Amino acid sequence: MLLSGYDPVMYSRILTSFTLAFHIIYATIGVGVPLMIALAEWIGIRRNDPHYLLLARRWARGFVITVAVGVVTGTAIGLQLSLLWPSFMRVAGQSIALPLFMETFAFFFEAIFLGIYLYTWDRFKNRMIHFWLLVPVVIGSSGSAFFITIVNAFMNAPAGVTVVDGAITDISPFGAMLSPAMPTKVSHVLITAYTTCAFALAAIAAYSLLKGRNHVYHKKALKLTMVSAFVFLIGSAVIGDLSGKYLASYQPEKLAAMEWHFETSTQAPLVLGGILDENNEIKYGLKIPFALSILAHGNPNSEVTGLNDIPDDEQPPLWIHYLFDIKMGFVALMVLISSAFMLVLWRKRQLAFTNKWLLWGIVLAAPVSMLTIEHGWIFAEVGRQPWILHGIMKTSEGATVSDHVDTMLIVFTALYVVLGFTSVRVLIKMFKTNHVEDEMKARGIEEGDGQ
Amino acid sequence: MSYEVLGITVLWIFLFGYLIVASIDFGAGFFSYYSTITGKRHLIHNIIERYLSPVWEVTNVFLVFFFVGIVGFFPDTAYYYGTALLVPGSVAIVLLAIRGAYYAFSAYGSKKNNRFYIMLYGASGLLIPAALSTVMTISEGGYIAVSGDGKVSFLFGKLFTSSYSWTVVLLAIVSVLYISAMFLSYYANRANDSNAFEVVRKYALAWSGPTILSSLLVFFAIRNHNPVHFEQMLSYAWMFIVSFACFLVAVYLVWSRKKLGLSFIFVMLQFGFAFFGYGRAHLPYILYPHLTIYDNFTSEPMALALIAVFILGLLLLIPSLYLLMRLFLFDAKYVQGKRGK
Repeated sequence: MLLSGYDPVMYSRILTSFTLAFHIIYATIGVGVPLMIALAEWIGIRRNDPHYLLLARRWARGFVITVAVGVVTGTAIGLQLSLLWPSFMRVAGQSIALPLFMETFAFFFEAIFLGIYLYTWDRFKNRMIHFWLLVPVVIGSSGSAFFITIVNAFMNAPAGVTVVDGAITDISPFGAMLSPAMPTKVSHVLITAYTTCAFALAAIAAYSLLKGRNHVYHKKALKLTMVSAFVFLIGSAVIGDLSGKYLASYQPEKLAAMEWHFETSTQAPLVLGGILDENNEIKYGLKIPFALSILAHGNPNSEVTGLNDIPDDEQPPLWIHYLFDIKMGFVALMVLISSAFMLVLWRKRQLAFTNKWLLWGIVLAAPVSMLTIEHGWIFAEVGRQPWILHGIMKTSEGATVSDHVDTMLIVFTALYVVLGFTSVRVLIKMFKTNHVEDEMKARGIEEGDGQ
Repeated sequence: MSYEVLGITVLWIFLFGYLIVASIDFGAGFFSYYSTITGKRHLIHNIIERYLSPVWEVTNVFLVFFFVGIVGFFPDTAYYYGTALLVPGSVAIVLLAIRGAYYAFSAYGSKKNNRFYIMLYGASGLLIPAALSTVMTISEGGYIAVSGDGKVSFLFGKLFTSSYSWTVVLLAIVSVLYISAMFLSYYANRANDSNAFEVVRKYALAWSGPTILSSLLVFFAIRNHNPVHFEQMLSYAWMFIVSFACFLVAVYLVWSRKKLGLSFIFVMLQFGFAFFGYGRAHLPYILYPHLTIYDNFTSEPMALALIAVFILGLLLLIPSLYLLMRLFLFDAKYVQGKRGK
């Protein structure tokens, strides 16, 4: 026993959060990397450049390892939903079975074509055929993220259902998919996954350059990934702003808790940093006037709902403010690093591939971007507490009443530690024993461009 | 056909699909490990590897499809089974996770196969069918208590001490080995790999006897455990007789080394008749006696939407699966290892 007293709700929450926190690392890679592989392979075919083709091939090789862990943890969370949240799934089965179902189709589609793609590198004379096999993988992986986020959006802002006395009566299957939270959530999830993967792959190239392996292959890899990361990052920022406006309209308590905004007011300031004392007074925080009103409604004079207008038992925990601030700090760091790279690339091209500070920054950006994903998800999920279905079902009502959730928590934690450790070990070993320079020699790819 | 029956039929077909592909996969993993410790690995490793590599991911999807589908069509199953299956379900998840991950680690990660990874992969292949088969056992009733206010509790002791549950576990394990060996015989034969063929043919014949014996055992164990279901099964007795006939044909073909593709089709028919006969007799119950397919079936618009999406999905999946089989299962050059990766 970890704690005195057995509380299945608490243990179910912890176990679900561990599973998801572990799964999203691999799921994010699973969504973003196929797109990057497709980019590299397409450029490689277009320019007839074997370096880009090899890049795609090597990324795909590592990708299989992450997919394996992503698939098995995804299966875990899929089953755990019913095992840990049976009452919730009884309701969800009525209302959001459709996107769950579609998600498995997308997954099926991806699984079939990934298998084909990986085993047909040299099978077709026309290399474009092999490239086209990757398109269903990209559609499938982004599609499953799309549909599963729709499920999550429904939990945040149920739509397409009629609620009578806390029970769902009328259900419109497609209406439930078009929840108000859907557009911002789905687009934010997709584009941040692309961003994170671009940074992660950039870090590999930057690290190789730092280790003095300055083959043009690594430079091409760095340029492709960093330019992609920059573009995706701009997209993420725009959608992030829209998410703020969504919160103000549909989940004001989440926005208010995130900004420690207690009194409903106009011209609301945004609080950066700071700590909250026991009397809910903000200390050491930096207040930016009007910023919250602008974030919420795009107008400095608009009114923003405060926490005092929300019933006590429906308020999210106030510590999500720290999560949000940390997340935004990470975002700022990524913006800084990628803009610096773009600037250097534009003004002093060679420096972009040799400056140690810049390269170390890019190496750092990879874990930072993954941490941003984690912080963003924890913020989004804890921010809708105490609801599991916003306005319909509280989290405590959805959990299992089974015994042994505590034991399962220990078992699964051990599993994730082992899987995480081994997958990283296998990946490192895979690329350490097979340097790209050696592989190029083995494949007879000459230095420089062309064949 | 009512929506309820249509829904459960669709799901049952997918479960059958999982039964076949997962059995091939689980058994192959075990044989791969078994051949390692008996020093025969060099004989059969290549054909197992060549078959499994492109399809291992697809196998998992059949299972996910089934459990997502059943919650969609029959939301109450989430409540009853979800509560009852916490421990066996979690055990199955952990085993599936270890198996899937270590397969990839061993097949793609390291150049020389890691013996420890192969062991994890092989051993879990036998434990998963055992864990998953508890769902079948529970569906017969008698292992779940529902109190007056609807609280579900799972009777562990009963499951562990019941002879019925152990016969189901036994059947699950031996049929996995039988199905897999029968398939590998076909595959090795196609690959013109006579050394591998002789090894897996022996496995197939060795496991055919235990398979049919344990099927009979389960058949009679149901009579003691759930007489209502047993009576129903008797009224579909012809399906089980056909199943037995298919078994005889399949084993005869492997024994005489003839028409191995046809032989595997008979294996599928054997399990198909038994599985659908069992399922048909089980209706209308999903969980005897608490839950039938008519209890709290999903709303009509949702059922319609699910079926529509299902048909659209099949239009996408069937050609894709066909392509996968064309490229790897029925491509003679690939099967014989004459194509590079």
